[in-house]
Amino acid sequence: MSIDPAARAGHVDHPPRMGFFTDTSICIGCKACEVACKEWNEVPEDGISLSGMSYDNTVGLGASTWRHVAFIEQPDPASDSIRWLMSSDVCKHCTEAACLDVCPTGALFRTEFGTVVVQDDVCNGCGYCVPACPFGVIARREEDHGAHKCTLCYDRLGAGLEPACAQACPTKSIQFGPLDELRERARLRVEDLHEAGQDSARLYLDDPADGIGGGGAFFLLLDEPEVYGLPPDPVVTTRDLPGLWKHVAIAAAGLAGAAVALALGQRQ
Amino acid sequence: MVPDAEFTSYYGRPVIKEPVWKPLDVPVYLFMGGLAGASSVLAAGSQLSGHRELARTAKVSALGAISLSAAALIHDLGRPGRFVNMLRVFKPSSPMSVGSWLLAGYGPVAGAAAVSEVTGLLPAAGTAATLGAGLIGPAIATYTAALICDTAVPSWHEGYREMPYVFAGSASSAAAGLGLLAARPADASPARKLAVAGAATELVAKQLLIRRLSATPGLESSKGLAEPYVAGRAGTVLRVGEILTAAGLAGAVLGRRSRAVSALAGASLLAASALTRYGIFEAGMACARDPKYTIVPQRARR
Repeated sequence: MSIDPAARAGHVDHPPRMGFFTDTSICIGCKACEVACKEWNEVPEDGISLSGMSYDNTVGLGASTWRHVAFIEQPDPASDSIRWLMSSDVCKHCTEAACLDVCPTGALFRTEFGTVVVQDDVCNGCGYCVPACPFGVIARREEDHGAHKCTLCYDRLGAGLEPACAQACPTKSIQFGPLDELRERARLRVEDLHEAGQDSARLYLDDPADGIGGGGAFFLLLDEPEVYGLPPDPVVTTRDLPGLWKHVAIAAAGLAGAAVALALGQRQ
Repeated sequence: MVPDAEFTSYYGRPVIKEPVWKPLDVPVYLFMGGLAGASSVLAAGSQLSGHRELARTAKVSALGAISLSAAALIHDLGRPGRFVNMLRVFKPSSPMSVGSWLLAGYGPVAGAAAVSEVTGLLPAAGTAATLGAGLIGPAIATYTAALICDTAVPSWHEGYREMPYVFAGSASSAAAGLGLLAARPADASPARKLAVAGAATELVAKQLLIRRLSATPGLESSKGLAEPYVAGRAGTVLRVGEILTAAGLAGAVLGRRSRAVSALAGASLLAASALTRYGIFEAGMACARDPKYTIVPQRARR
C-alpha cells in the first residue's frame, strides 16, 4: 500500500502525485536538462571547469546543480569496445523525505503534487537537511547561505506545464507525469529491455516498500545504483527516530536520577 | 579473516553530503550544551544536599555555558538573522526543532537561577528556577545525540543506541570537572560523585558504541563504521579524550583531600569532554567523505 504524501501533509482535493521517470537507457548525455533547469530556475553558475570524470563537469547534485548528468565509461563484456552509461540525476522527492522531516523551520514543505520544495524566504540556513538526505542532493549555497534543490518546477506545475528538464529532454529519457502512470510505463519498459536481451536493466526507487517509501522521481538503470553514485539501499534516517528518542529519554532520566541521588546524598 | 567487500562508486565521490556545520561552532555547541545541562543537574543536587558553594558555581557555569552554546548555534546558521525562524513551528521529527524549544525554555530558567544566586534576589523563585533547570538540564545535555544521529551519516546514525549515553556521560563529567576545578574539596563531594558516574558511563558507552559499529556487515576486516572513531585525526582526538577521562576519574577518586589533585582532575575531565565532542564530530565528517561507509553496509544488507 503506497502512502499519499500530499494527503498526509494535509492537502485536501489535491491533484495526483506528479513525478519523474528517468530512463537512463535512452539518455544521450546532451545535458539539455542541466541547462534548461539552470535557465528556468535562474540557478547560478557554480564553477566551469573540467573534472576529468569523463564528460561530467558538474560532478554531482548540489545547491546550484539540480539536474546532474553522470557519465560512466566501462569495458563492455559484449564487445571489445566500451559501454557508456549516462544518467540524469535529480532530487528523488521521497515519499518519506528526511530533509523535510528534520527541517526545524518548516522551510521545506510537501506540495499538493506530493513533491518536496524549499521556501527560500523561510530557510534560516541551519544546514540540517544537508547530512539528512541519504542521496546527498540538497546543499547550502555559499552566496546566500540557504539550502537549495530541485523543486520539480513547482511554478510550472502550478501553471499546467511540465518541468523544464523534461520539456527539454530530446529523447524522452526524462518523463514527467502522474507517478502511478510512470510506474506502470517503467515496468513495461523494463520488460521490453529484458526481452531485447538487456538483462542488466532494473528500476531504482520505484517500490513504495523501499527505505524511502519510493521516490517521486525514480530511475531505470543499467548497472548497480552505486555505479551512478546512488546509494544501493537508502533508508530515511527518521525511521529510527522513535528508537533514538527512547534512548535519549532513558539517558536524560538517568541524569535526572543523578540529581536526585546527589540531593539525597550526605549533607555537608 | 573475511576481507572487506569490494565496492564500486562514482569516481570515488561521496554518496552523501558532508555536514556544512563549521568545525568549531558545532562541537562547541555540543560541548557547551552538555556542560550547561549537567551543571544544572549538579546545581539542583548540590543545593538540596546543602553544598551551597558548589551549587553557586554550577548555576553560574550553566548560564555561561548555555549562553556560549546558543551563540555558537546562531553563529553557525547560514542566515543568523533568521534564528527566530527556529520557533516558527514545533516538529518532534526534527531534533533541531526540539532542541531549539528546549533551549528557549531552559535558557531563561537557568539564567534566573544564576542571577538569583549571585544577587541574592528572590531566593524562593531562585530555588524554583534551580529545580526547574535541573529538570530540563538532562534533556539539554542529551538531545544533541539525537541531533547528530538523526542524519544519513552512517557512523553517527548507526550509533544511535549508544550515543545518548556517551553524551550524558560526557556532559556529566564536564560539569563535574568544572565543579571540582572551582570548589573547595570539602564542598565538592557531589561533583566527585557525578564525575565518577559520568566518566564511567562515557567510557563504557563509547566502548559499546565501538563494539557495535565494528561488526558492520561487509566491513568486518577493517573496523567497520567504528573506523572513523578509531583512525585518523578523530581517532587520535578520541583516544586522548579517553586517557584524560580515565585520568580525571582516577584523580577525582584519589584526590579527594587535595585541592590541587582535585582541580587537575577537574580540568582533565573538562578537556576530555571537549575532545570527545570534537572527535565524534570529526569522525562523522570523515565518515561522510568516504563512500565506502555508505555503500558497503547498504550493499551487504540488500
